[in-house]
Amino acid sequence: MSESLVRHRAPEAYRVGVDLVAVDDVAASVARFGHRYLARVFTEHELECCRGDDGLAIESLAARFAAKEAALKVLAPTVERPEWRSMEVRRAPHGACSMELSGLAKSLADQAGLGPLAVSLTHEAGLAAAVVMAVGDAGQPNLEAAPPSWAASAPPYSPSGSIETKGEA
Amino acid sequence: MMEEQIRSVLAEHARLRVSVEDLRPDDDLFESGMTSHASVNVMLGLEDAFDIEFPEAMLKKSTFESIAAISEALTELTSAGATA
Repeated sequence: MSESLVRHRAPEAYRVGVDLVAVDDVAASVARFGHRYLARVFTEHELECCRGDDGLAIESLAARFAAKEAALKVLAPTVERPEWRSMEVRRAPHGACSMELSGLAKSLADQAGLGPLAVSLTHEAGLAAAVVMAVGDAGQPNLEAAPPSWAASAPPYSPSGSIETKGEA
Repeated sequence: MMEEQIRSVLAEHARLRVSVEDLRPDDDLFESGMTSHASVNVMLGLEDAFDIEFPEAMLKKSTFESIAAISEALTELTSAGATA
C-alpha cells in the first residue's frame, strides 16, 4: 500500500478592494479643474495611456481612479493615506495592467507583507470599476485573515500548517 | 467667514446627501455622503477659494472629514502663508 503525503502551506491572508466610479464625475472634474485635477490624481504614464486621437479617454481615467481607491482598501491605512499618484496603474505593451506602489503606499504594503497587487479594470454604461487583490502573510498586525472557502471542508491541520493524507499512488 | 466659504465649497463639490446648512462643524462629511472622488473636488475647490495649496502631508482623509477639520487645516495653511 502506498501512501501519499500532501502538504499544504499555512493559510495566506488575502486582501481585496473594489471601487466603482461614475464616469461623469471624472468628466466634470476634468472640465472644472483641468490640469490641476489630472496632475494631482494621475501620473504621466496613466495620462499617456488614456490619451487617444480624440483627447483623454475619460472612461479609462475613471477606471484608474477606481483602481487607486481599490488599492487603498487593500492597503488599509489607519492614519495618513497615500497620495493618489503613489498608487499607479501601469499598462504593459500587451495591455495587461498592474499596480505599482511608491512612497507611503509601498511602505504600507511592505509592512503588511503584501506581494504584488493585481488589478483588473472595466468600464461600461457610464460606470468604471476596478478590483485590486494582494496576498500577504497571515497573522500580520491589524489584519483579520478570513479562512479560505475550502477550509470549511478541508481536513483539520496541525498548527504547523501541514496536512497528511493517505491514498493510492 | 471661513466657515461660510467652506460650506459654499462643500455645497458645490461634496455631493452630500444632506443640506450643507444642516451640517454641524464636527459632522463626518464622508458619512454624510461625500465620496473619495468628491473629496478631490472639495480639495481643489478649497484651494481655489482660499488661494492655497494643500501639501501632500495634509492630503489625508482626516483633513477633509468635517467642516471643523477643514477649518483647522486652512487656518494652519493661511497662517503659514501657504499660497498657490
